[in-house]
Amino acid sequence: MNAVLKIILQRLALGVLTLFIVSIVIFLAVNMLPGDFAEAILGQGATPEAVAAIRRDLGLDQPLVVRYWDWLSGVLQGDLGNSFAQANFSAFVGSESGGNAGVAQQIAPRFANTMFLAGVTACIAVPLAVGLGVLAALYRNSAFDKAANVFTLSSISSPEFFLAYVLILFLAVLNPMLPSLSNIYPDMGIAERLQKTLLPALTLTLVVTAHMMRMTRAAIINLLASPYIEMARLKGVKPLRIITHHALPNALAPIINVIALNLAYLITGVVVVEVVFVYPGIGQLFVDSVKIRDIPVVQACCLIFAAAYILLNLLADILSILSNPRLRHKR
Amino acid sequence: MTALLYILAALVILLALGWLARFVGQKATGNKPLFRDMPLAVAFGYVLGAAIVIAGIWYYFQPVTTEQGTPDAGVTFFHWAVHGFILAAIAAFLFRLLGRHVGTAGSKKLFRHMPLTAAFGILVIILYAFTAIFAGVLAPYGQEEVFAQVNALPGGDASVGGNPDHPLGTDQIGRDLMSRLIYGAQNTVGIAFATTLIAFLLGGSLGFLAATIQGWLDQVLSRVVDVLMAIPSLIFALLLMTIASAWAGSQQWLLTVYMVVIIAVIDSTRVFRLARAVGMNIVVMDYIEAAKLRGEGLGYLIFREILPNATAPLLAEFGLRFCFVFLTIAALSFLGVGIQPPLADWGTMVRDLAQFINFAAFSPLTAALPIMAAGAIALLTVAVNFVVDWMLQKSSGLKE
Amino acid sequence: MTDSDKGQPLVEIRDLRIEGRSDEDWNPIIKGVDLTLHKGEVLGLIGESGAGKSTLGLAAMGFARDGVRISGGSVMFDGIDLLAASAETKRKLVGKRIAYVAQSAAASFNPAHKLIDQHAEAPINHGTATKAEAEQDGMELYRRLRLPNPDEIGFRYPHQVSGGQLQRAMTAMAMSCRPDLIIFDEPTTALDVTTQIEVLAAIRDVVEQFGTAAIYITHDLAVVAQMADRIKVLLRGEEVEENETREMLSNPKEEYTRSLWAVRSFERPEKPPVPTDATPVVSVQNVTAAYGKVQVLHDVSFDIHAGRTVAVVGESGSGKSTTARVITGLLPPKAGQVELDGQILPPDYRKRSKEQLRQVQMIYQMADTALNPRKTIGEIIGRPVQFYMGLTGRKKRDRVADLLDQIELPAETYLDRLPSELSGGQKQRIGIARALAAEPKFIICDEVTSALDQLVAEGILRLLARLQDELNLAYMFITHDLATVKAIADEVVVMKDGEVMEQGSKAQMFTPPHHPYTDLLLSSVPEMDPDWLTNLLAERGRDNIGDAASDKID
Repeated sequence: MNAVLKIILQRLALGVLTLFIVSIVIFLAVNMLPGDFAEAILGQGATPEAVAAIRRDLGLDQPLVVRYWDWLSGVLQGDLGNSFAQANFSAFVGSESGGNAGVAQQIAPRFANTMFLAGVTACIAVPLAVGLGVLAALYRNSAFDKAANVFTLSSISSPEFFLAYVLILFLAVLNPMLPSLSNIYPDMGIAERLQKTLLPALTLTLVVTAHMMRMTRAAIINLLASPYIEMARLKGVKPLRIITHHALPNALAPIINVIALNLAYLITGVVVVEVVFVYPGIGQLFVDSVKIRDIPVVQACCLIFAAAYILLNLLADILSILSNPRLRHKR
Repeated sequence: MTALLYILAALVILLALGWLARFVGQKATGNKPLFRDMPLAVAFGYVLGAAIVIAGIWYYFQPVTTEQGTPDAGVTFFHWAVHGFILAAIAAFLFRLLGRHVGTAGSKKLFRHMPLTAAFGILVIILYAFTAIFAGVLAPYGQEEVFAQVNALPGGDASVGGNPDHPLGTDQIGRDLMSRLIYGAQNTVGIAFATTLIAFLLGGSLGFLAATIQGWLDQVLSRVVDVLMAIPSLIFALLLMTIASAWAGSQQWLLTVYMVVIIAVIDSTRVFRLARAVGMNIVVMDYIEAAKLRGEGLGYLIFREILPNATAPLLAEFGLRFCFVFLTIAALSFLGVGIQPPLADWGTMVRDLAQFINFAAFSPLTAALPIMAAGAIALLTVAVNFVVDWMLQKSSGLKE
Repeated sequence: MTDSDKGQPLVEIRDLRIEGRSDEDWNPIIKGVDLTLHKGEVLGLIGESGAGKSTLGLAAMGFARDGVRISGGSVMFDGIDLLAASAETKRKLVGKRIAYVAQSAAASFNPAHKLIDQHAEAPINHGTATKAEAEQDGMELYRRLRLPNPDEIGFRYPHQVSGGQLQRAMTAMAMSCRPDLIIFDEPTTALDVTTQIEVLAAIRDVVEQFGTAAIYITHDLAVVAQMADRIKVLLRGEEVEENETREMLSNPKEEYTRSLWAVRSFERPEKPPVPTDATPVVSVQNVTAAYGKVQVLHDVSFDIHAGRTVAVVGESGSGKSTTARVITGLLPPKAGQVELDGQILPPDYRKRSKEQLRQVQMIYQMADTALNPRKTIGEIIGRPVQFYMGLTGRKKRDRVADLLDQIELPAETYLDRLPSELSGGQKQRIGIARALAAEPKFIICDEVTSALDQLVAEGILRLLARLQDELNLAYMFITHDLATVKAIADEVVVMKDGEVMEQGSKAQMFTPPHHPYTDLLLSSVPEMDPDWLTNLLAERGRDNIGDAASDKID
């Protein structure tokens, strides 16, 4: 067990290190912008005094390393900086501090919405994909397997917005069962919220299920070809028991890996789907901020997406280490 | 809730039918192994499949117009889908037949063992390439040409707001949609192809170099790639596009160039990983050791010994990468930060035409417009994936 | 067992036909084989690779792998028609009355479960014993199979147990329901010789004790001679002949069988000793080498002279191949040096001159990975000709044709072929030609015959011997097979755990007194005599064979 603990700690440290380096990359990328934030905020007609004032205000006259350090320590304390759009707006209105204009306050509810969407998707997609994947592997080369192959390939290959509009066409426009716009409010009941989330969740499910099912199928087929499965068959073990006792314990690691990888993939799929359904999540905020070049928000969203992605990959890694008998029981 | 109950009841009935079908089969065939050793789950599967097929046939023969005289869009779409599917299958079959009888001995042999999906894929790729290359000849108008009638409905029926000169109608500022759809092939596919090519040159050469030299170069490159891959590619692309748009300023074409470079660099990390892995597998072979011990130089090792053995996996990867790049570009354009107007592009078209989808009940063809643009993207990636899937299966089958 | 004991046969296979799929076509693997096995009898199935031995063995259980189908004939097991029986009937039979022991025990045990749980699975599922009974019986079987710590070893996971022990645990597992028949599918092929002997003795004992009938599949004649009552020889899916073991060994009837038996007769005449003042072609001097921190070679020294073959013998992990890597410069040593013709070679191959690289050539074990699959034979052999000799065009082609001539392959037919179009033996010959193309003084042969069938291997050995005499080449012959050593070596170096145990001329090595390890190695090599194992066990005692004895030597 000790050795496993050591490996896991190593992975964790590596994950933290990666996150740290990624934060540097994001920070540097943003600092590649021509001119600087102050000019960007105030536009072309800005007076030099105003630019200098804002520059001092945002700490832009500090050297790069200091600014990075300020930003990072802010992030670690949950302070993601101030949104340009909000700062602009408050300057325009004339209010002094801008009130609760912090990026963190802006992102928090949207982050919760996105997690809700991802959660609903995962609840539908994971059991469906693993179940269908195992079936396809068991009855490989059957009509079901071939049909599933064509179907999953098609759905993997289609852009998310294609699937989204096809679903809207059939489930919202032709048969008005679900709303095509997912306008969600904080004080909404869970049933209503679920109903509004279902269509984007179904779209994501289509994409993720296809990926997950193919990977599950490949993992199981690989496993079924191993000599110990043949041995179990030659011992006269019942087919169902071969699956539950011989295949599944070994399939756990690859399947867990597949699930985590696809949840990580979900993180990026969210962006397009949220835009299609006008779902008030972090993805939509991200795209909107990209368009108006609201740097602090872009930076913060990017960091959150990257962190989620790294964490899920890390989780996949650790879980598959834990479920590998060869690593669990050291010589 | 009741719907759920109905579904559950239907499944139970199907299960019973499955048992019955197996029982009848056993009796009728005198306990042939096919029925004797059939698990109940498989029998259920057969019955379920049959039920779905029957339901589809029933729906197909529903009237196209409702009792009120308006078109039933659901049935219409289903007809289109079924006809499209049958047409595609026939085209693929004929194409494969052609391939089996025309061409060199090698290509004939290739077509003989080709599944229909792969034949379909190749056919579609050829058609897209043709359209992209001859877009200028095929399109009735230029992609930037603006006409007086805006928002003409598709179908060309002047009585309901169409225009026979524009079979697919015009957009908000009066550009011919048919022409833009055709030019889209040139722009979207062409840009994606160029991007993939750059990504491959960059990632592939560095990957093989890392695999052959190993040591510190490999370490440095691999760590850099690890970090770049830790950021989800679409997110990273969006971030960099924000910066690029500031750099490009008002020069829209420059932004498109930046996009190509950004996506190529992000994607080259994936190519690097694969090229390195493939290279590593080849480098451990004894014939590479023999060449090294002979005193061969780096160029000979990479180009004469490693590369010829890496072509199959690299070709498959090229297909997959192309799909990925193509989808990323389409997504960026859809989000409004990709290929910039006035270039006609499918992702942008989907976004601009999206609201037409709400007209489905009145004019199915109008609602189909955004789906058509999105489908044009999907069709090509599906086709490429079919071909790649077949290639991968073929090469893995040879190994066993 | 005599003929009079035999009643109703246990297994009766008649005119069995099996086909395997390649692409869309079905090709015959077994072309109408009959087989009869009585209770308590052991039948040896022997043949080269591709003879269909394993397929036939599995078919005796009514089983065919994916991509293989039984297309005709009948398989009767104790009155039950296995080919017509339902899946359920067959499932109840296998594991209980027919058991299987696979070639690779390491891959055939499920890594997720303890050995004893896998052992108990068949008895519990077939309802022949409770869990406690099955476990108790398992320990008893482990004891009989002479596994160390029989009460404890079952509670380990497969990856925690060594290969030879796993193979015995698998035999125990096959025995768990006391079956009437066990199929042994090459159970010792993947093991080292000293380990193999232990497993053989254990298997033979339990099979005898419980009176189990067995089909023993192997390609090794000497092994089958110890195990089987009768031997059946297969060639490309057809039976060549079948007879009682002693009769078969002493008096084979068919030409093919006789040729198999004759393989081991090749032996080169002894050469005069090397003059003491001669400079060796290659001299390995006090070499110590390590992979990272793991030391794999300790102070290894030996010389190789022109026109002589030095065989480096040892089991897996003994450091034979590492020595070759040091000589070629792929692994620079931590200490010591390698001399070529009295000149010190730079430790790293990248620092060596083209001329130095040319003088040391290598032939590999796996011809498949040693030849670039995308290059024609002409290109493969032509490259060193051009690279070292600077020949191009017509001259290069003539030289390649000469080389092909030397390795006894007609140039015009093979020049434009790809390696995949050649047989294993032909590929190995191309490997030899590529080494010869550099016109070296010294060639390292790394297990060059171990992946080949015996008859083909024999041809390669004769070719190498002829070339040595013609070109006065020095060979370093890495092998684990003592028969090969006997056939081709002039001098022998015995290695174990990275150290040289003993070295000397072949005559010295094969005549007592031996170093204890050499003695163990020599005595562990099965001989064609059916009484060899019995005699050896009587002579050395059960505790002086296999890993137990090997561990004592350190």
